[in-house]
Amino acid sequence: MVARVAASQRSFLGRSYNLVGVVAALVILAWTLIAIFAPYIIPHSIGDIVDDDYFGPMRQGLWLGSDYLGRDMLSRVLMGARYTVGISLAAVSIACFSGVVLGMIAAVTGGWFDACLSRFLDAMNSIPSKLFGLVVVAAVGSSIPVLILTLAVIYIPGAYRFARALAVNINTMDFMTVARVRGESTIYLIGSEILPNIIRPVLADFGLRFVFIVLLLSGLSFLGLGLQPPLADWGALVRENIGGLPFAAPAVIVPSLAIASLTISVNLLIDNLPKKIRDRDA
Amino acid sequence: MTNLVEVRNLKIEATTDAGRIVEIIKGVSLDIADGEIVALIGESGSGKTTVALSLMGHARPGCRITGGEINVNGKNMAALSEKERAKLRGTDIAYVPQSAAASFNPSSTIMEQVIEVTRIHKLMPPEQARKRAVELFRALSLPDPEGIGARYPHQVSGGQLQRLAAAMALIGDPKLMIFDEPTTALDVTTQIDVLKAFKSVMKAGGIAGVYVSHDLAVVAQIADSIVVLKGGEVQETGTTAQILSSAKHPYTRELLAAFEPKPRQAHADADATANQLLRIDNVTAGYGAVRDDGLPLIRAVDSVSLVVEKGRNLGIIGESGCGKSTLARVIAGIHPAAAGEIVFNGEELQRAAGKRSQDQLREMQIVFQYADTALNPAKPVEDIIARPLAFYHGLDRQTRSKRVDELLDMVRLPKTLRYRHPSELSGGQKQRVNFARALAADPKLIICDEITSALDTVVAAAVIELLKELQRELGLSYIFISHDLSVVEAICDEIMVMYNGERVEQITPDKVKSATHPYSKLLFSSVPKLDPTWLDGLVRDPELVSQYGHR
Repeated sequence: MVARVAASQRSFLGRSYNLVGVVAALVILAWTLIAIFAPYIIPHSIGDIVDDDYFGPMRQGLWLGSDYLGRDMLSRVLMGARYTVGISLAAVSIACFSGVVLGMIAAVTGGWFDACLSRFLDAMNSIPSKLFGLVVVAAVGSSIPVLILTLAVIYIPGAYRFARALAVNINTMDFMTVARVRGESTIYLIGSEILPNIIRPVLADFGLRFVFIVLLLSGLSFLGLGLQPPLADWGALVRENIGGLPFAAPAVIVPSLAIASLTISVNLLIDNLPKKIRDRDA
Repeated sequence: MTNLVEVRNLKIEATTDAGRIVEIIKGVSLDIADGEIVALIGESGSGKTTVALSLMGHARPGCRITGGEINVNGKNMAALSEKERAKLRGTDIAYVPQSAAASFNPSSTIMEQVIEVTRIHKLMPPEQARKRAVELFRALSLPDPEGIGARYPHQVSGGQLQRLAAAMALIGDPKLMIFDEPTTALDVTTQIDVLKAFKSVMKAGGIAGVYVSHDLAVVAQIADSIVVLKGGEVQETGTTAQILSSAKHPYTRELLAAFEPKPRQAHADADATANQLLRIDNVTAGYGAVRDDGLPLIRAVDSVSLVVEKGRNLGIIGESGCGKSTLARVIAGIHPAAAGEIVFNGEELQRAAGKRSQDQLREMQIVFQYADTALNPAKPVEDIIARPLAFYHGLDRQTRSKRVDELLDMVRLPKTLRYRHPSELSGGQKQRVNFARALAADPKLIICDEITSALDTVVAAAVIELLKELQRELGLSYIFISHDLSVVEAICDEIMVMYNGERVEQITPDKVKSATHPYSKLLFSSVPKLDPTWLDGLVRDPELVSQYGHR
């Protein structure tokens, strides 16, 4: 492990970077830029049928072939990034923010507040996530806000448990006692004393949860419960073009690769975050 | 080959996380004759443990033995393969770690672990090994030598566990034993038993030993010669008597000087009674379920009363588990008392800190033993010190910054340190920052809970000097909690002895010699002296030991 780090390590601004981490960050950055600028760079509108054949091969003008209706796959994948990245990011932000804040408050406050909140969220945790998604979407219909909230609610208990476990450890340190005896408020305790100490694992957890949400969203879309046509995220693209599998059509492979590249990159990045060099005399 | 161990020009390097290579041992040479005990002494970071471990051919993760020879019993440990070294470990060379409690496996019996070495090296059949182990238990004067092996590690005391670790090391009949600060974590009363046991088995078996410690007085009792290390280099080598009586190197003299407590000039406060700063009356506190009488099941502090006067210091001394830290927490309101009253500065205080007013909290600050956990590792020093300034005094950014500079100056730290994080400071520096944060509140009373226990002798002496100076300048009072009598003697006007949650006696430092309570007598007589003959000449009343000593 030591040898590997030493071999592919660069240092910049007092932090050491890992080559794998840099590549993963670039992939994520590229998908983010695509998600933001997709409407301006797509060659065709996502609803336009531009090919005479369905499941067309890659060729000039239709760089990623065409889908089951003869629509341009490149445009659909680029626009799909918007929904996949956007919805997942919004959901994971809500989930982690609420989970981490509640977790820290529970750890600092303790007592009945902690007990009630923990048991309630444990109960939430026991509901299978896909089933919960199915029920909510079946009950209130599928729209972007509903999807975001559903995904967020599904992942709050996990984020809460994780943050609480970390915060409980910090809470027993003497500097927490010092701050308490000083008379500090809960807000200060969680924001200024605990958060800086757990921020790294929390960010790693954020990345991991983002991946789970991308996969769950793709799964819901694959089942037809996610975004409704003609909008499509990557999961929906895989589902609607699944018929192209026997023809080895790019239409089914490309969105799968897109999901894989994003989720794997996020995982690699959080495993290879820049490390601050703790070297006293350097 | 005349000596059992001959180390020549040993060099050990470590790789930092920036990939830089640092030489941590810079050409150390030492000799150990058959049956001789050599002490490696020095402050933390001087490389004493690293040198001791290298005798087994072992370097800790990230370190490498890069040069020199380590000849043990005719074999160069540095050149052997890992497999050959493993064969020698436990049979030729054995190791006794600092914390035996952390080194025993809690889920199997002591006997199983003690004879494990004989199984690994196939030295003798288990039956014979058990018999041998019982002999060793007897030689180490452990209670119930026949039955103690059947117990689990949590069922014996710390001092016993340390001796059991020695038994584990001795069972392979080693020629060389390495003791890595084996008594540092023990109380003085227990330390004596352990030292006596070690000394007698080493002498009886003619075993050579390396004794790593930072406590010169302990070393004086057990070692034949002393090697003083600093910064990975040998500063001075000599027999114990030479080093103690005529040390040549300035660093060795500093170590010796730190041992002589500088007596404190007593304040000539005439109207002492009018100046009561803190008075606690019959305070009781503890843990566990509250019983019918409103008191907790286990009483860690039992009806303790004390008085601290303005500008004067009270020392609280006692062994671990006597309730002295709980008492500090009760006074500070961290652990609310179950009964009794606390009067501070003329007002009665609420028992819980959360119910006290901000000013009351400000005027009484507590400083904890481990600066590592008392300072938030995620914040730079300036933020840590500036927080009480903003919180209690509402200073704006500029005045705060100026005040931080002043405070750093007060605790004798350079101003440039303010941008560093606690992990980038040494132990003594951390403790000073810890103290500066308490000073930032402008307190009247500072409760110091074992603040020098985690520090090296020289550094601790400097911190004590600093505390005295600050007291002169700022008119503070301290409650000084420690298990180290010399520290308490150096700074306190009054000493309170605690045993088993109760106040046993209160005396002044000059009367320590004439303590009246039997426990105080035992405690004060157990503090090691620099005199090498002290341990052998020590006669303790067996009745006292059986009553108060936890063997």
